[in-house]
Amino acid sequence: MDALIRAIEGDQIRKDIPEFRPGDTVRVHVRVVEGGKERTQIFEGVVMKIRGSGMGKSFTVRRIASGGVGVERIFPFNSPAVKKVEVIRKGKVRRAKLYYIRNIRGKLRIKERRD
Amino acid sequence: MKGLIGRKVGMTRLFVDGVSVPVTVIKAGPCVVVQKKTAETDGYNAIQLGFEEVPERKVNKPMLGHFTRAKVKPHRILKEFRVDNPDEYEVGQVIDVSIFSEGEYVDVTGWSKGRGFAGAMKRWGFSGGPRSHGSKFHRGLGSTGQHTEPARTFKGKKMPGRYGNERVTILNLQVVKIDKENNLIAVKGGVPGARGGLVLIRSAKRPRK
Repeated sequence: MDALIRAIEGDQIRKDIPEFRPGDTVRVHVRVVEGGKERTQIFEGVVMKIRGSGMGKSFTVRRIASGGVGVERIFPFNSPAVKKVEVIRKGKVRRAKLYYIRNIRGKLRIKERRD
Repeated sequence: MKGLIGRKVGMTRLFVDGVSVPVTVIKAGPCVVVQKKTAETDGYNAIQLGFEEVPERKVNKPMLGHFTRAKVKPHRILKEFRVDNPDEYEVGQVIDVSIFSEGEYVDVTGWSKGRGFAGAMKRWGFSGGPRSHGSKFHRGLGSTGQHTEPARTFKGKKMPGRYGNERVTILNLQVVKIDKENNLIAVKGGVPGARGGLVLIRSAKRPRK
């Protein structure tokens, strides 16, 4: 049964997204259509969580925007709107879901991961 | 009218023009025309389709005779589909998902999940009572009628009872994707029944304008 669902998803599952984990800092290139015009927007931040599997898999990126406001964006892995993901920094964390970073006052410090 | 017998595989999502679309995957066909029914002989025009081959020992003698007359292998499921002109079809002809095309609208019939003896909240969407704050009325259905006049509960009053396990047809589902190789068809939205349940796919009876 499951194999048949995989069959219909077929080529929509993307394999060009690099491997990253929660705690990594990524730069996501997003396609934005605005008033009939298309441009690429870059969203850079810390991967807070990765959830789901298959077509429904998604990841959340959190960054601090101007004025110290936290902004979280959720990207589906397989969305064609996500043009490219660059891994800027690998972080070492001990959680799969980094909800605690929402409560950090001041600078968020994540150790660098070497592997 | 075009029709096909299938089984529900499950749900997923597909991206169409950059938008995520929820789809139900159905393994449909290949179906074999077992019998043609015409207005002259049967009073109406239809074709009988067979789905899912079974070994000969699985069917009884009268059914085996029915299949041998059509010179087709025995099938587990036989369903009739009304057609305008049965002469377009031949007995023994194989029909598969290629009769449908992407973007087309279809009606999907299935048998909904049985929920057993269900209460009024689940069966009819009644709101029930407060769950807390000292309330002693939680999931009941409330009043069933008036007082001395009419002094009875009207027939057809929505009450608890058997729910589900009935034939349900969903109209106008868009065909999002077709996989001829694996006999798969993906329609937008949900389809009645459990995974592995039998579904009938027909071209839309009342297509949207």
